[in-house]
Amino acid sequence: MSRGNSAIAVVALAIAAFLVVFLIVPIGTVIHTAFADGQGGYTFAHFVAFNEISLMRESFANSLFVAGMTVALASLIAVPLAYLTMRFEFRGALLIQTLGVLPLVMPAFVGAAAMQLLFGRSGSVNLLLNDTFGITLPLMSGLNGVVFVETLHYFPFILLNLSAALANIDSSMEEAAQNLGAHGWRLFRKVVFPLALPGYLAGASLVFIKVFDDLGTPLVLNVTNMLAPQAYLRVTSIGLEDPIGYVVCVILVLFSVAAMAGAWWFVRRRDYALVSRGGTRAPVRRLTAWQAALAYGWIGGVLLLVLSPHLGLLLMSLFKVWSFSVLPEHFTFDHYFTVFDDSARMIWNTFLYCGLAALVDVALGTAIAYIVLRTTLPGRQLLDHFVTVALAMPGLVLGIGYLRTFRGVELPGGEALTASWVIFVLAYAIRRLPYALRSCMAALTQVHPALEEAAQNLGAGRWRTVRRVVIPLMTGGILAGFVTSFITAAAEISETMLLTSRESLAPMSYGIYLYFQSIAGRGPGAALGVIAVVLVALGTYLSHRLVAANAQHRQGARE
Amino acid sequence: MNRIARRTLFLALACLSCATLADTVTVVTSFPKELTAAYKKAYEAKYPNDKLEVLNKNTAAGIAYVREQPPGSRPEVFWVSAPDAFEVLSSGKLLTRIGIGDPALPQKIGNYPVNDPEGYYRGQALAGYGLMWNTRYLKANNLPEPKEWADLVKPVYFGHLAISSPSRSGTTHLTVETILQAEGWNRGWEQLLAICGNSAAITERSFGVPDGVSNGQFGIGLVIDFFGLAAKNSGMPVEFVYPSQTAIVPANIGLIEGARSPDAGRRFIDFTLSEEGQMLLLDPKISRLPVLPSVYAKAPAGYPNPFTGKIQAKVNFDSNLSESRYYVVLSLFDQMITFRHKELVATQKEIHEAEKRLGGRPSAPLAEAKKLALLPAIDERQAADRKLLELFKANKADAAASQAKARVEEEWAAKIKANYTRAAELAKSAR
Repeated sequence: MSRGNSAIAVVALAIAAFLVVFLIVPIGTVIHTAFADGQGGYTFAHFVAFNEISLMRESFANSLFVAGMTVALASLIAVPLAYLTMRFEFRGALLIQTLGVLPLVMPAFVGAAAMQLLFGRSGSVNLLLNDTFGITLPLMSGLNGVVFVETLHYFPFILLNLSAALANIDSSMEEAAQNLGAHGWRLFRKVVFPLALPGYLAGASLVFIKVFDDLGTPLVLNVTNMLAPQAYLRVTSIGLEDPIGYVVCVILVLFSVAAMAGAWWFVRRRDYALVSRGGTRAPVRRLTAWQAALAYGWIGGVLLLVLSPHLGLLLMSLFKVWSFSVLPEHFTFDHYFTVFDDSARMIWNTFLYCGLAALVDVALGTAIAYIVLRTTLPGRQLLDHFVTVALAMPGLVLGIGYLRTFRGVELPGGEALTASWVIFVLAYAIRRLPYALRSCMAALTQVHPALEEAAQNLGAGRWRTVRRVVIPLMTGGILAGFVTSFITAAAEISETMLLTSRESLAPMSYGIYLYFQSIAGRGPGAALGVIAVVLVALGTYLSHRLVAANAQHRQGARE
Repeated sequence: MNRIARRTLFLALACLSCATLADTVTVVTSFPKELTAAYKKAYEAKYPNDKLEVLNKNTAAGIAYVREQPPGSRPEVFWVSAPDAFEVLSSGKLLTRIGIGDPALPQKIGNYPVNDPEGYYRGQALAGYGLMWNTRYLKANNLPEPKEWADLVKPVYFGHLAISSPSRSGTTHLTVETILQAEGWNRGWEQLLAICGNSAAITERSFGVPDGVSNGQFGIGLVIDFFGLAAKNSGMPVEFVYPSQTAIVPANIGLIEGARSPDAGRRFIDFTLSEEGQMLLLDPKISRLPVLPSVYAKAPAGYPNPFTGKIQAKVNFDSNLSESRYYVVLSLFDQMITFRHKELVATQKEIHEAEKRLGGRPSAPLAEAKKLALLPAIDERQAADRKLLELFKANKADAAASQAKARVEEEWAAKIKANYTRAAELAKSAR
């Protein structure tokens, strides 16, 4: 037993060392550089300099505006949707589920190019509006465009979290409120929404962080006066020595941490505990005829909006010319041939990097989950906390941290680490570890310790128990974790843009970005985007199937 | 048995030697994927032992990248449009001299040397600046086709143009400098301010303009020729013209000092300059102007040929002047136009409306408004001031210099803002 324990301690230490080297040190380097004065001391001078550059002040304000507006608009879409589906008799659960996943299967910036053609100054919608009513809407101009694209992309985070929270509210609270005469808007405002606030805040803070950190969308929409693009441009064009880039990184980190901690603190400050929880489901109410019409109309409208980038991308990839017209012209498959001709390597790279990263993630995730939940190792919670740090860390910051920290580090064979494909695997694995870990933790929680005790009573050692009992029982969760890590890594762009040092190393997400840099590249870029969307959508579907099959399996076992 | 062993050994040696012969040519370039893909395919077909590796970076990022690599492991080839980038590299001793090439070929285009006279870099293609427009957009909005820069100041184009900021795009800087040199400082700025006042957007990247024009977001854009020609030749409903006041400059290629395999780098550069390599530029998706005059004979009908004098490059581009005031021009443009675009557009709108209202009647306030609205923050004498130029060239890490620079910029900004406000009031009052 003690031999088992010391072996586990060694594994835990190894994991901790890995996380320190590839997560804590790079972030520490970035923060250190922002405060270093070059002579070994510390200074605020770089922050003062940042504040003196009007472009930086403007970028800061713009980033705050875009992230704040996106949260507001995403709430406007997500809150009614969540409330409608969770509290009313509603035939459309499948639709809502689809809504919740569809935007996430594609990196936000990929949709941005298509949205320009649909909603831009002379996009399909504005051309039609202009013909019919003589008006145009500046949906895609400047910051509006970023807000619009990000809203459609990230509102599912609020929808999913809020729906989960609504499902957990004890129905007696609402019944009590209704008995006391509250209904409609008052019931929602005074009782339901406050009770669901933790879920809402979790989603909203996530949206804020994601938007604040997004690099691809502003760049594809030609907006560079925001913080993330500025950090990228400073570090790539002035060089890794430029302190302002690091100042921007520190600001990004601060806001990410503040948004997460703020949501957590806000929830903690008040007591949200219910006397009984998750008992009976809240009763579903019936919609009146006109309410139903309104609800279905709303959902239909949102679905159409959410689908528009996908549809636009498909059209872009299949037609040669789309210019100042409602629909594109000259159908062709050429763009797909171009992609397979020139960029098959990128598709392979995506599979290689994301597959290996996801493998690393589930291996680490399973080990950490086991150590945290099943051992009494002192300080084991620290591993969990480290991984939470990865969740709050902007990809851009981690990318810059890697370039700075591992500069000059060579792999066996003489290749620089930052110029090899290994760096992608490491970066993806670290950033996606929280997803895999959550999945593995959930899976392990569902395995009753009695099963392990039984195995050990029958003479199985610790390793044998883990190998023959625990891991097989966790399979569903591990697979789901693998797929989640894989697909979110495949859609990653911020880190990818920083770490891609040459074209032959580029994964698909970078390839799409690269193609979008020229007019003749729009079509092939869209084609590569469609391929990525199909792959990620397949992965998502697969993971849902796995989770569902797993849940069923468990239910069957319990009965 | 012996024979098999010998054969195996021979094969192994052959493999080993081909492995050592196989060179990787790493090319740092800002050029789009279709261009690099075409060169990669053609070059690797011709030299099957070499591999072409592309590092796609914008010009500034490319320079920073080359600088940060230790000698001996640097990339081989640097290949971008902006001529100033090569000056920066060669003054940093980061280029290997490759000679000026075949002396029988034209050494100058207009007044501009095709190849670096010192032999550090060579012109690989030629590029001129011009106007690109979306034919459908113009038709839908009943706009006439423009021919010259000066056409763009007309009220009819208000809200239909696009230009990118020169501080974000080297090619736009050359366009701006071309106009300033062609028209003179004051008239040049007057024209630029009026054009930008008519613009719907000052895009953040140079590609934002051709992209927006080709998908119809903007009517007319100021672009480098291949953007316009490539869009047109790939079937987009766009047209492109060179105005008479244009400059033609080379896009260059050079061998980086301290590269891993300089011989292979040299091989690739020679390939891009050979007839075979130059022919690739004629690909409709690429549409650049070759530096080899003989290639034009094989170009499709109507392909612009700068060697026939058909593109009239009337401006004798003075690159020393351009270089000396580089940072001042960038900053002036940003302070007067990029950061004050909203106010500039509002002022121009008032002026256009006043002109319409007056119907050609002379008006003192309107004349005054037009003068004020199009006045650069400093005149040519001030812009040539040695002290000012030094200040803007100073090291960015020098805190005192950057504060002094910020003060000058705030001064310009305040002056320009006051001018715009006053001009708008005057125009409004004109009856």
